[in-house]
Amino acid sequence: MSIRFNFGGDEHIFGEVSEAMSLDSFFIGLSMTNAVKAANIKGVTEICPANASFQIRFNPDLIKPQDLLKELQSMEDAASKSDSVLKTRIIELPVYFQDPWTHETCMRFRERHQDPNSTDLEYSARINGFATIDDFIAAYSGQPWFVSMVGFVAGLPFLYQMVERQKQIQAPKYLRPRTDTPKLTIGHGGCFAAIYSVRGAGGYQMYGVTPAPIYDPTRKVRYLTDEMCLFKPGDIVKFKSVGRDEYDTLLEAIDANTWQPTVHAADFSLTEFNKDMSGTNAKLMELINGR
Amino acid sequence: MAVKVISPGLSTSVQDLGRPGYYHLGIPEGGGMDRFATRIANLLVGNDPGAALLEATFMGPELEFMQDAVVAVTGGELPPKVNGEERPTWESFPVKTGDRLSFGYLKGGARAYIAISGGIDVPVVLGSRTTYVLGALGGFEGRVLKAGDELPIGTGAGTSGKSLPANLRRPQVSPAELRMLPGLYWHRITEAAGKRFFEDTWKVAPEADRIGYRFRGGAPLEFVEREQPFGAGSDPSNIVDACYPYGSIQVPSGTEPIVLHRDAVSGGGYMMVGVVISADMDLIAQLQPHTPAKFAPVTLDQALAARADNAALQARAEEYLAG
Repeated sequence: MSIRFNFGGDEHIFGEVSEAMSLDSFFIGLSMTNAVKAANIKGVTEICPANASFQIRFNPDLIKPQDLLKELQSMEDAASKSDSVLKTRIIELPVYFQDPWTHETCMRFRERHQDPNSTDLEYSARINGFATIDDFIAAYSGQPWFVSMVGFVAGLPFLYQMVERQKQIQAPKYLRPRTDTPKLTIGHGGCFAAIYSVRGAGGYQMYGVTPAPIYDPTRKVRYLTDEMCLFKPGDIVKFKSVGRDEYDTLLEAIDANTWQPTVHAADFSLTEFNKDMSGTNAKLMELINGR
Repeated sequence: MAVKVISPGLSTSVQDLGRPGYYHLGIPEGGGMDRFATRIANLLVGNDPGAALLEATFMGPELEFMQDAVVAVTGGELPPKVNGEERPTWESFPVKTGDRLSFGYLKGGARAYIAISGGIDVPVVLGSRTTYVLGALGGFEGRVLKAGDELPIGTGAGTSGKSLPANLRRPQVSPAELRMLPGLYWHRITEAAGKRFFEDTWKVAPEADRIGYRFRGGAPLEFVEREQPFGAGSDPSNIVDACYPYGSIQVPSGTEPIVLHRDAVSGGGYMMVGVVISADMDLIAQLQPHTPAKFAPVTLDQALAARADNAALQARAEEYLAG
């Protein structure tokens, strides 16, 4: 695999590990951005890992673009051979699927959807071969997800489900993006889930909401006092499907600032995961289920 | 000491030279969209060039001063008035306690920069006073100004009567020429589409703000056929979600190019045909809706030369003001 480098104007270098998404590509991108961080290169101002690519921003008054490019290319070999092992964590996030708020929004923007006669959940379940919405939600919340990128808006995670490619859930984005998405919506586009950290425009299919804030610019939420954003690339997330009553109870606790998500330290090895996905996931989920 | 907002204008926010270093979290750099005008406004009133000031879009606010101060307005031609009496742009003037600063109709450009001696003293968040409205972060309570807001002002010592002559500013030309470095996913469109992209005259669409500027009126782009890569989505303009550079030109469904600006969304799933060079980002800040614009391809060397020209103009202006 060789990285496709490209200048993004006079201040950015873009590196595409592969056109298609895979955890292998993500890990090469992450190794590259970690190597750039460690090298502490003069003139580099932003280091952004993405799903299967990455972006470096630089000040061309401080480093010649071609020199930076050469330096990045010299790191490629080591990055593609590095051990894809992560000291990370698994976070359990409650999700109220089929909630009234995303449903209302979804009905308001039907004319921008591929299938105006179905809801986003009905449509996504059908095109992914699930007999019922419940089956779809069971698959969605049954296996963990990997945070492969943070961005779009502040603290929004892109999540890639840790299952074989043939089991990946895929859905197109809306034909035309909506002008509104409820805050903390769980959405899906391409093969990625996303959690909308703030209310705003969006094009992903909408399935539910989490009561748990994932971005807090005021740093008042008890688990967001050090970092405004909950997620970083490499985190592992497990959705827990909850009903209306549990959602309301959680929301009360969150408003009282007494709740925090279940988080456990976890070691992740891509090699072992690729050998045995369900076995690796089962071990990860044991951490949060406390068995 | 403070300045009271009587009416906020259309979209007025506290800005400085931005908040770099958090793009990997989706928090954009922000800062005055027209950086030259931001720096000069501050220098005219004796502030540090990166002090916090107000960026007013299309329409000015009305402000009541609860202290004496020196004010300068740069950027778009938005004529300032003190108690109804017109004052020049690009020139510092005194304002007394109890005076009202208001603005006439916009005569050119799109955004005015209103610097007050001492700077706007809102809290520094992640290294900057810039407002990131989408993330409710920084600035005055993380939002655009509202009537009744009281903006804290720092202590300053500006002098009135300082001005920057027109030959030390960058002129506005029509149609605007936005120079860009083709690249990123340029290979996704056909050669004919690439040629048309530069031949067509585009127009700024009404959806033009701090996040991005949308353009209309050119021919839709034709894509090179391919089987979409896994995870990208089915539209030929879809890619596996990637980072978006500042100034990047994405073309959702191949129809309307969007140039991302200082409050850019940091990534997403639309292919980009290239990036507007850093030297021309300020120009975009001053484009009104319906303004004609053309994209012009340049090489990296030409982009760097344009950057150097811009820096030289800025240095001449700042030397003039220091002299």
